Amino acid sequence: MSRVIALIWKDLLIEARSRQFIGAMLAFTLIVIVTLNFAFDLIREGREMNGAGALWVAILFSGLIGIGRSIAVERDRGTLDGLILTPIDGGTLFLGKFGASLASIIVVEIVALPVFAALYDLPALDPLVLGIVLAGSAGLAGLGTLFSAVTSGGRSREVLLPLLLFPLMIPVLIAAVRATGEVFQGDRDDILRWINLLIGFDAIFIVLAYLGFGFLIED
Amino acid sequence: MIVEMHGVSKRYGRQAALRSVDFQADGGSVVALLGANGAGKTTLLRILATLTQPNRGSYRAFGVNAWEHRQEVRARLGYVGHRPFVYPELTCLENLIFYGRMFGLERPEDAGAAALENVGLAERADRPAASLSRGLLQRLDLARATLHAPALLVLDEPDTGLDSPGRQLLRSIMRQHAANGGLAVFTSHALEFAIDTSDRIVTLAGGEVVDDRASAAATIATLETTISRAAPVEASA
Amino acid sequence: MNGFLDRRDRWLNLTGLLGVAIVLVGIYMAFQYAPTDRVQGHAQRIFYIHVPMAWLAYLAYAVLFVGAIGYLWKKDWKWDRLARASAELGFLFTTLVLISGSLWGRPIWGTWWQWEARLTTTLILWFIYLGYFMLRSYAGDREKAARHSAVLGIIGMIDIPIIHQSVKWWRTLHPEPVVLDTTGPNLPDSMLYTLLVCFVGFTVLYAFLMGMKYRVESARDEIGEREMTRMFEASAAQQPAVDTTSAPSISGGMED
Repeated sequence: MSRVIALIWKDLLIEARSRQFIGAMLAFTLIVIVTLNFAFDLIREGREMNGAGALWVAILFSGLIGIGRSIAVERDRGTLDGLILTPIDGGTLFLGKFGASLASIIVVEIVALPVFAALYDLPALDPLVLGIVLAGSAGLAGLGTLFSAVTSGGRSREVLLPLLLFPLMIPVLIAAVRATGEVFQGDRDDILRWINLLIGFDAIFIVLAYLGFGFLIED
Repeated sequence: MIVEMHGVSKRYGRQAALRSVDFQADGGSVVALLGANGAGKTTLLRILATLTQPNRGSYRAFGVNAWEHRQEVRARLGYVGHRPFVYPELTCLENLIFYGRMFGLERPEDAGAAALENVGLAERADRPAASLSRGLLQRLDLARATLHAPALLVLDEPDTGLDSPGRQLLRSIMRQHAANGGLAVFTSHALEFAIDTSDRIVTLAGGEVVDDRASAAATIATLETTISRAAPVEASA
Repeated sequence: MNGFLDRRDRWLNLTGLLGVAIVLVGIYMAFQYAPTDRVQGHAQRIFYIHVPMAWLAYLAYAVLFVGAIGYLWKKDWKWDRLARASAELGFLFTTLVLISGSLWGRPIWGTWWQWEARLTTTLILWFIYLGYFMLRSYAGDREKAARHSAVLGIIGMIDIPIIHQSVKWWRTLHPEPVVLDTTGPNLPDSMLYTLLVCFVGFTVLYAFLMGMKYRVESARDEIGEREMTRMFEASAAQQPAVDTTSAPSISGGMED
């Protein structure tokens, strides 16, 4: 739908000119990746699974930055009302914000994944890993955008969003880490069920978020 | 009747912002809404603009329940609030093109260029909105609000920050809007401007309508008295 | 006793009595009637409380789910009351499940916690309940609180089976501690009966507590409504009369 594209385009254009969030997200992701290397034993046994865990922790936390900001920024600047007053329904607005958030997350991953692959000596650029990263990021962007509708606006915003989001995202975390780790181990037989779980999760919750967003965004 | 409100009440937390307000207005007129700070003007405008719902009472716009049909109402509504709906990183024209697309205009680039022309911002079309002064931002916001030729204009203190030519421009836009059959409702603290621009003046105090008269029958002195006569009433704990 | 059997309260109070009675029987059975488990000893008896509590924790969430859908669909406060009341009870039960699970596990596993599939899912449920309350208090006004938490309630409900499944798959990769299997045919009859009695007793007690809580929430809503009405009707008498003829002219002042 053309309005969704207009929304995504606007956000990407603003981000390209101000580089406000992508810069922060990127820096944060890289710091987390490097720091976790010291926290876990990434030389010996189990380094593939631990590496996968480190990667996904980095994605989850930096994703949180990108998502929380998208609606929050509109609210802080006062432009959210301007969007609400255009004749679009909540679902369309959701798709626009979801698309922009996902795009930001992907841009960060495009830089972070090669860095991760180099530092950890793990095949993070394997097409299967890319697919898993995409699916996991979509789930994160979907539920994250939904809850950012209620948690932006100051007052304890930073605590509430992760508190709501992380318990619900546990299936994505489990599936993404296990699937990624198994690809790193070179053992692809078992990952079908994790991938099915990811895709199923995304399908269900992106639809639910699309339907529920309208209820949350209005005053 | 373009807008009809009956018994509209709205509270924010423990404060009653509006108490049982009745208000109706039809196309072809400009209505000024006056009152001291805290009298409920912004709340009333927000309800008119379907940004919020009343706790009690009914609001119909264009003959339908405004909230239930809010998407349809919004398509015919132009709103200017306290903060401009403008993205500083985008140019003036890009801002308008975005809103043009959101409102489903056929040729948003042309509509945007024409709107900028109308508010005297044509030379700044390709400058980022961040480079505009407060008064010019107001003009851009006005262009944005009128871009899709709405039938109902709801403007919250649109004259704040405008210089004299700016105010002239605002006045002529509103009068033209009314001449074309539209309804404009605006608030202002500038009594002379309000009297000059509007056909009708409604005064709020303590969340209630305390006066409603034709502008021709209003003077600055009487308006000042009416406005300042009652402080907003505290809700009982 | 007159007030107790008063028509309005009668059914509710009898339900309460019934619930307490059955639970007492169940507890007696748990300690006297049910045999001592060969492997786990007396510690196992907490199972008769732990399992029904877990059932209630999830039942309460299901009721919350129904209330959430009802409210979003019908916009009637009574649905939100249902959700709110059940949420508080459900949170309590979930806390008790976690505590009783921990107390039970300590003598058997040697640790206070194991990431066993059902316990883990219940821990996540606990956080979802917590998020529900925080979201409600964050929202500010009643209507927003109800609407926002309803969406969370629905999302949570649909997610819980997915969470459980994913945790289960995750845990099959690690050796599971041996826990009493309540689903298999291995359970001796006496244990089964005790368990059933406790199940029924606690469920009846839940129904009673829900009835009470619902009443409290109704009263709270009623008070809120009356306060709002009073707030909106205040005023007309308080406006001083306006004398427009003798107003002094104030210069400058209000204009820009």
